Amino acid sequence: MELFIAQILTGLANASSLFLVACGLSLIFGVTRIVNFAHGSLYMIGAYTGYTLMQVLPGAIGFWAAIALSGVVVGIVGVLIEILVLRPVYKAPELFQLVATFGVILVIQDVALLLFGPEDLLGPRAPGLRGVVRIMGEPVPKYDIALLVITPIVALVLWYLMTKTRVGVLVRAATQDREMVGALGVNQAWLFTGVFALGSALAGLGGALQLPKGGADLLMDFNILAPVFVVVVIGGMGSLPGAYLAAIIISVLNVFGVTYLPQSTLVLMFVVMIVVLMFRPYGLFGREEVAGEHGQVGEPERPIKPASFRVRLVTSIMLLALAFLPLLGSTYLLVFLTDILIFCLFAASLHFLLGTGGLVSFGHAAYFGGGAYVAALLITYSDTPMELTFVLAPIGAGLVALVIGWLCLRLTGVYFAMLTLAFAQLVWSLVFQWGTVTGGDDGLVNIWPAVWLKPTVIYFYFALIFSVCGILLMRHVQHSPFGYALRAARDSQRQAEATGIDTRRIQLIAFGFAGFMGGIAGALFVFSKGSVFPNELEIARSFDALIVVFLGGVKTLAGGVVGAGFFKGLEETLLRFEYWRLLMGLLIIFIVIAAPEGIVGSLRKVGEHLGLKKAKDQ
Amino acid sequence: MKLDTFLRGLLGSLALSSLFLGTVAYSSDPIIVGEINHYKRMAAFAGPYKQGIELGLEEINAAGGVDGRPLEFIFRDDQGKPGEAVKIAEELMTREGAVMLTGTILSNVGLAISSFAAEKGYVYLASEPLADGLVWGSGNPYTFRLRASTYMQAAMLAEAAAKTDAVKYATIAPNYAYGKDAVAAFQSALTALRPDVKFVAEQWPGVFKIDAGAEVQALERAKPDAIYNVTFGSDLAKFVREGTDRGLFDGRNVYGLLSGEPEYLDPLGDEAPEGWVVTGYPWYDLKDGPAGTFVSAYQARYDDYPRIGSLVGYMTAQSIAAALSRAGSTDSEAIREAFEGLKLSTPMGEIEYRSIDNQSTAGAYVGTTTVRDGKGVIVGWEYKNGADYLPSDDVVRSLRPAD
Repeated sequence: MELFIAQILTGLANASSLFLVACGLSLIFGVTRIVNFAHGSLYMIGAYTGYTLMQVLPGAIGFWAAIALSGVVVGIVGVLIEILVLRPVYKAPELFQLVATFGVILVIQDVALLLFGPEDLLGPRAPGLRGVVRIMGEPVPKYDIALLVITPIVALVLWYLMTKTRVGVLVRAATQDREMVGALGVNQAWLFTGVFALGSALAGLGGALQLPKGGADLLMDFNILAPVFVVVVIGGMGSLPGAYLAAIIISVLNVFGVTYLPQSTLVLMFVVMIVVLMFRPYGLFGREEVAGEHGQVGEPERPIKPASFRVRLVTSIMLLALAFLPLLGSTYLLVFLTDILIFCLFAASLHFLLGTGGLVSFGHAAYFGGGAYVAALLITYSDTPMELTFVLAPIGAGLVALVIGWLCLRLTGVYFAMLTLAFAQLVWSLVFQWGTVTGGDDGLVNIWPAVWLKPTVIYFYFALIFSVCGILLMRHVQHSPFGYALRAARDSQRQAEATGIDTRRIQLIAFGFAGFMGGIAGALFVFSKGSVFPNELEIARSFDALIVVFLGGVKTLAGGVVGAGFFKGLEETLLRFEYWRLLMGLLIIFIVIAAPEGIVGSLRKVGEHLGLKKAKDQ
Repeated sequence: MKLDTFLRGLLGSLALSSLFLGTVAYSSDPIIVGEINHYKRMAAFAGPYKQGIELGLEEINAAGGVDGRPLEFIFRDDQGKPGEAVKIAEELMTREGAVMLTGTILSNVGLAISSFAAEKGYVYLASEPLADGLVWGSGNPYTFRLRASTYMQAAMLAEAAAKTDAVKYATIAPNYAYGKDAVAAFQSALTALRPDVKFVAEQWPGVFKIDAGAEVQALERAKPDAIYNVTFGSDLAKFVREGTDRGLFDGRNVYGLLSGEPEYLDPLGDEAPEGWVVTGYPWYDLKDGPAGTFVSAYQARYDDYPRIGSLVGYMTAQSIAAALSRAGSTDSEAIREAFEGLKLSTPMGEIEYRSIDNQSTAGAYVGTTTVRDGKGVIVGWEYKNGADYLPSDDVVRSLRPAD
């Protein structure tokens, strides 16, 4: 009993930082509809700022002043990010802004390394709060007690701000219907900036408050991201009481998980999220996404059409050039191009889902890595001929996609995206944890192709044929009746159903098909590298593809492939610089601002403008 | 500045640099070694390691290089991704003209390069990764490993633990391959020495995601006599802080794998745990012999103190130079044969790359932690030769796939 109470207290204290960071994210999403992936970075800045200020400011007053000031500093950083990076892209298609926030993450990572150095910093102790008090004989750190007091106070202040002040009224109104708030004459731009500043300040506060229990390091931005998103989604995006409750549920459950199921810590929160979303598709306190989001934001999409003769000619010439490359290129060039081809196929499979299907999957790595693992497991355990694994791996990945799709498709929008992420994370932890079969994070090694396929040149042609045929097949499907039905389901589910399309079935098949194509890419990957590790299933891998698809242009047919090729090439060049993350981040932000319709979409616009291409064919 | 002076300055510096180039060019072409690491992802570890290599290279080249040719490393960042590392390995070998590969800290990246090296017939010296699989379960003739492995270091701690009368042990290790290997190795080594020992709790926090308060409560609940810790980095800091506050370590023996290495102990400052038996690197006490020479050379060169990574980097450069000079050629097969049974003297003393499993006999320092002048250090330490902590040859043969 004593231990039970002590554990609850530990859980509540842990919930403190999590709540502060999560409610900031929830606020920002509620009002601006931006999925702010840079929120973890703001938390990290808060921790580093707090640490730095605590070195300067003396005593207990200095300590608490440092925490408050960290909130202010990070709030200002948030304002800068909002004005410089996000304001120019509010009009871009839905979720496009998350690419910009991804650029911000990269920039902040390198800037933090430059400013604060690579070593982990141990957080200073709170003056006067070192040591423990005994509650029923169990030791409870004094600082935990302080956190137990501070968090409800912050929550109360926020509650007051939201319910009793004019600002709060505006924020709540904007969360419900931001167009209407704009129509009523409220300056939306400053409302957005203000909310972003407040959300950022809360993240900074969370970062500084956790210092006495931890410290500041360069990995904390990504480490907080997953739990924070889980909390926001479980609570319901935009809901502060939801975030508070969810932070407590997750933290307390985690404490018990640690004690009674020590290996569960990797997946516990994702399982909770899946369970909650199965019963409450919009989180505990969330509401269904409003009708204002019907269809797509921004310019309406053009009808698709088969490629013109000119485009076909150019593409054929480029493919022919690729096919003749082995005559001149070095071995390395072929290896590099094989990598690009595989990544293009992977990105194209996500693009199929995202562009044509309107289904934003945050967990596409599950099918890429899934295909790779199916192939590797078959080779390792059953001596399957390599040729056969190229058939079985995509089928395996496709089946995984069908199951995940079947479970996720009852949700829409951001909740759908988060659920795909949770399932991808489940697949990851299964592979990671089940060491006796999958090798855990030591992976599966020595997965090399059959003898005839070993030479680099042959493998290059093999990958070329598979990737090009795969991409062409997806393009063909997009022009088929199935593709039209899929787009109809995306643009207006109600109308599509009224015309007799079983939208759910169509979307499910699309999900399976995209998973199948991702699986081919995974199989090609594993045989080109000779080994596979769980990081091919990680969130980061899903986002690699997501970013290039958005930057290539969601609303174009070629966006995925062009984006993938462009970014792999760019990465190859940038990686040779020491501060490549900074360069890459700035470049991503630049593209997001300069080409809000993606590379292909914006090039097409420029082409039309110059009269090179016929404008809008009717 | 006038344009004229500017131009003159430019010409001058060009002349100078060509002079500099000239001095290098008169000796023959350098021998190139490809080094792959996670310079950004693990900056705190890779930095000192690289400095160690560069110090080693400067000394080797000042002494005439390898058979009259200067030795040169190309350093590349793999972002900590195994797939990326394999691509870079290919580039280094086929385009940059590297004669062999080395590097990585993360075990999975090491395993990926190792498999690639065996497939293509390139030699790979795994400098820092600790996974036992590199030389045993997934071992191959082309992969050699310098640092004392997880098994060896765990066995050293088990030996110390066996001398006490503690019988109930609890373990805490990050929930991934390294943590699992480290716990399994400690358990098997300790039960071999002391069959009466019981393991009463196993805690598995996610790596860098520890919930320290909850872990400490769970360990306390098991009431162990002794605790074996494998957490490191920011996890270790949080664990030590919560554990000290809540009195977890009072009256208990604690064993910490790698916990005494400066990389992990220094960030803790004066909150470093006291009385833990750990493997580490007591550079502050190394004054004499080759170990002391390295420490003072490093401090003179960088105005900084060496970490364990610095030592590993230095020994990597030494090992490669020794192997290349023994091979007398830059052919992969010759280098591979030269590495087998290669003996060389290092700051840790003489080490040998065993021909039975390609593992070097480099050992580790085992000592007890304490706080001195506001910093964690290890005292009463002893250097344990790695050769004494490896399984018998028959066991090793059974672990390794047939070559």
